[in-house]
Amino acid sequence: MAETGRLRATPAAASAIDPVTLVRIVIIVSVLVIWEGMSRSGLLYRDVVPSLLAIGHALITELSTSGFYGNLGVTAAEIAVSLAIGGMSGIVVGIVLGANRFLGRAYEPYLYYLGPTPKIIFFPVLIMWFGVGPESKVAMGALSCFFPVALSAAAGMRQIDKVLIRVGRSFRLNAWQMAMKIYLPAMRHPMINGVRLGLGVALIGTLLAETKLSNKGIGFLIIQAYSLFDMPRMYALLLILFAISIGANALITRLGHLDAVPKR
Amino acid sequence: MTDVPIARAPGSDRAAYKAARWAPAALGLATLVVFIAGMELIIRIGWLNRFIVPLPSEIALAFERVILEERVIQRFFLTAFECVSAGLLLTVFGVGIGVLLYRWTLLRKATETWVAALAAAPTVLMYPLFLVIFGRNALTIIMMGFVAGLPPAILKTLEGLTGTRKVLINVGRSLNLTEQQMFWKVLLPSALPTIFVGIRLGLIFALINVVGVEFLINFGGLGQLINELAERYDLPATYAAICFVILVSVVFFMAMERVERWLRPAD
Repeated sequence: MAETGRLRATPAAASAIDPVTLVRIVIIVSVLVIWEGMSRSGLLYRDVVPSLLAIGHALITELSTSGFYGNLGVTAAEIAVSLAIGGMSGIVVGIVLGANRFLGRAYEPYLYYLGPTPKIIFFPVLIMWFGVGPESKVAMGALSCFFPVALSAAAGMRQIDKVLIRVGRSFRLNAWQMAMKIYLPAMRHPMINGVRLGLGVALIGTLLAETKLSNKGIGFLIIQAYSLFDMPRMYALLLILFAISIGANALITRLGHLDAVPKR
Repeated sequence: MTDVPIARAPGSDRAAYKAARWAPAALGLATLVVFIAGMELIIRIGWLNRFIVPLPSEIALAFERVILEERVIQRFFLTAFECVSAGLLLTVFGVGIGVLLYRWTLLRKATETWVAALAAAPTVLMYPLFLVIFGRNALTIIMMGFVAGLPPAILKTLEGLTGTRKVLINVGRSLNLTEQQMFWKVLLPSALPTIFVGIRLGLIFALINVVGVEFLINFGGLGQLINELAERYDLPATYAAICFVILVSVVFFMAMERVERWLRPAD
């Protein structure tokens, strides 16, 4: 009886918490326990692995000060502007290169190989051009996000169904109408992917520039926590930052899947 | 397929084909040359301040100075060493974790989205943290490159192993291969091209982060060179060093692509 009882109970328990969730919970809990254990054991220098309580406290303190939101606003604005500038120019360049085979073959290799180079090394030059204020961070972000957006736009252009383009032509659409009614809607998926990549690198570019030289923004807060050796605060800031960037990334990915459901 | 018959066409057709092939590259190069010449002109006329944008000819001259006086070769090897170390680490751990996740489906289901999220996270911003943990030395830079390159290596290993054709696995089964043999003779060889894509992506991220962190923490090889020259306000040399680093990374990307093409089975 006991045996059968257990047998019957197992599927019920499994349906209550599915094993994947269980594994996730086990992993998270064990990481937290090991962390706290390391922090208490004193094996490592204590400030390197601060207690979870200290990090939690720092997280709450950070989220409840108005100064944090001011800096968050600065960084968010910098990223938004850099995404607008870099993304727009990327889309335009991508459409032109994608539409014209000749130009694409002439200039795309440059974009392709310049794309993954470390952009942050341009920062000293950008400071020279745009000053030490937010402008140079915007420039850094825009420069970073231009390449992935342009490359995805060009690739997106090329995968457009030729029939759609012919339909547009037969309606005698002008260049602007072609872009707005045919190209952009037909290439929205690679575009969204490009914007997602662009946002990621714009965020990195902007924040790295802030850690190098600035007096406001999240990057500045992180480097300030570093120079004051306030480790719990640094962990808290990094956690917030990771949550925001992963969230934004997931949001854009979801946006890309919104219309993936076939409507016919 | 389409270019084969054209290539066989005799005389003028072949010349036209060659021209069509080289014209875009020529245009790209010509644009670059015109751009550089234009900059030289604009700065000489005085439309652009030469204390903000130095003359291209000055930058070209500065190359010699940078190479002779700034120990570029040593710096290059230090950066290369850091990249290779990060690359080895991310190959071992990335492929290892990828295989582990492939074997253990439950673990994979639980953590694959986490790894993907980590790939999208701005890990390079943890560099102040790494500075505290590892100190201001090459180890911090190597670890930074490793952490940044790890997620793509894991994900691509997983993708490669999962994508093994059913037919191949069935052949292995019919030959009664053990788990070990199955892995070494069937799964791994079939997944290798995809795994290499992951390692290549990982190495690219590692390179970006190694150079970036060198620049940011002012330690080590080529990244630090740019920081140092910029702080000395030696503008032509700064631009030259930036060009040098870009050139090195582009050559590196091209080389990686060659290796990848060589590894990919002929279709």
